[in-house]
Amino acid sequence: MINTKELKKIAIEVRKRLMKLIYEAKGGHTGGSLSSVDVLVALYFHTLKINSKNPKWEDRDRFILSKGHSVEGYYCVLEKAGFITEETLSTYGKFKSLLAGHPTIKVPGVEINSGALGHGLSVGVGMALAAKRDKRDTRVFVLMGDGEQGEGSIMEAANASGHYKLDNLTAIIDRNRLQISGNTEDVMALDCLEGRWKAYGWEVKQVNGNNMEELIETLDVLPLEKGKPTMIIANTTKGKGISFIENIAAWHHKVPTEEQYIQSIQELDKQLEELK
Amino acid sequence: MENTIPCRKAFTDKLIELAKKNKNIVALTSDARGSVTLDKYAETLPEQFIELGIAEQNAVGVAAGMALSGKTAFVCGPACFYAARSFEQVKVDVAYTKTNVKIIGVSGGVSYGALGSTHHSLQDIASMRALPDLTVILPCDIYQTEKMTESLALFEGPAYVRMGRGAVPNVYTPENVPFEIGKANILLDGNDITLIGCGETVYHVYQAALKLKDKGINARVIDMHTLKPIDKAAIIASVNETRAIITVEEHSIYGGLGSAVAEIVVQNKPLPMKIMGLPDENSIHGSSKEIFKHYGLTADNICQTAVDLIHSLQ
Repeated sequence: MINTKELKKIAIEVRKRLMKLIYEAKGGHTGGSLSSVDVLVALYFHTLKINSKNPKWEDRDRFILSKGHSVEGYYCVLEKAGFITEETLSTYGKFKSLLAGHPTIKVPGVEINSGALGHGLSVGVGMALAAKRDKRDTRVFVLMGDGEQGEGSIMEAANASGHYKLDNLTAIIDRNRLQISGNTEDVMALDCLEGRWKAYGWEVKQVNGNNMEELIETLDVLPLEKGKPTMIIANTTKGKGISFIENIAAWHHKVPTEEQYIQSIQELDKQLEELK
Repeated sequence: MENTIPCRKAFTDKLIELAKKNKNIVALTSDARGSVTLDKYAETLPEQFIELGIAEQNAVGVAAGMALSGKTAFVCGPACFYAARSFEQVKVDVAYTKTNVKIIGVSGGVSYGALGSTHHSLQDIASMRALPDLTVILPCDIYQTEKMTESLALFEGPAYVRMGRGAVPNVYTPENVPFEIGKANILLDGNDITLIGCGETVYHVYQAALKLKDKGINARVIDMHTLKPIDKAAIIASVNETRAIITVEEHSIYGGLGSAVAEIVVQNKPLPMKIMGLPDENSIHGSSKEIFKHYGLTADNICQTAVDLIHSLQ
């Protein structure tokens, strides 16, 4: 079992690698990748029952990145977890790379093609239902964006999850409060999230999604209530970890300059130092 | 050729038979178990049935998730909704992800007649056949529907199927119903003109050919049950061996069977063609039969169109 301090270290290393990835590819979704890193690391290095040597292992837990645009953080986590090699990762952004700008099942470890928002939860419901019908103890995890909550199809899936009492399904919202056009509350208000999901029959918990201890503590006690799907609203900071990127909507898919890239690595290295 | 069983019923009866033998077959629907005639399936095989309520986008996504967990998922409901409302789920979760999902669109075309354009699906061939890796099939009678259902249960990969609501006359017999995905059936051979139909128009096209025979014109009749992948060889053979082609479809004249055939024809050896279908307008309201008649999708009119086309060549 990897301890929490080690998980935090992995998260910083992933942030360093994803900044390099975006800097070199000259494109990517910087802010949303950075906000969701801690959730991904907690899942891949602590919670998920998976095997990178056998990505299609039948009894594995399933993870779906419904907010497919946060792909840079995802690819870096998949590399760190041993699903893809550093050599493959370094082809990101290049012509004919295995790694497209949104996840595809061609990449070992990726369960669905995503990128169009509002699809992941329905697919997760299908996987959770299949597991229930087959009496397998597979668990399904779906990571969504907060801006993504505008998609109506998510509410259809929310409804079905409650109806079928899918307590093997956990959804996580990366609640970083910013979407491409600005503050989520200005674009389309979302602060009713908790009540909305409860009304659909989900057990809901709000956590600090950039706090590894809090994440682990919650992920260790799933489902939060037997007979109910679990919703974890992970309150995060968009651009987490890099001072000049944090909480700036423009960094949704802004690419760092050389100077900014160097500064970001320096800041992350400092955080690594502080961990020791 | 008389028949009182709708194709959707032939489909569900066959699906029950197959699902009893194969526990990995699941049927999903969106409050359409009555429309599809899935009631008996739901009663007989509750563990292999999933009701999603009126939520077609979710139904297709859930079907994809089940397929990714080893199921052969048949998601069934009105063609008008699955081909439009959930199109992005079909594009991404089914076709792009190449999941083993069969989208069964019932009461397609103008089957819902008087209910109007909200309930007609006259653009589905155009949209569905533009999706890479999605097989598109329109069966023409109950025997072909049964055979197709058997084939689909064994076929690994995404497919869209459209069938009508009412009972239609039989084209095939239980003893003689050749069906292979992607391989068109030649129902009648001839060298003067080729008539191609799909789904419910196949019967009318065949009747038209019989009328043409009385006038001394030998028409070749092709049942193009698979719109994608389309049988290129059958079309090219018609280009080389007959003098003109008429396509007849219960679909907009844009982007459907006619377009698919024309794409092959003009890129090989151009031949005079006539595309018969629904014009570019929101169709009139009436029974399916009345709408077919209004737009000339009848044996008499197909026959006359063929005569006129042949005369224009001389």
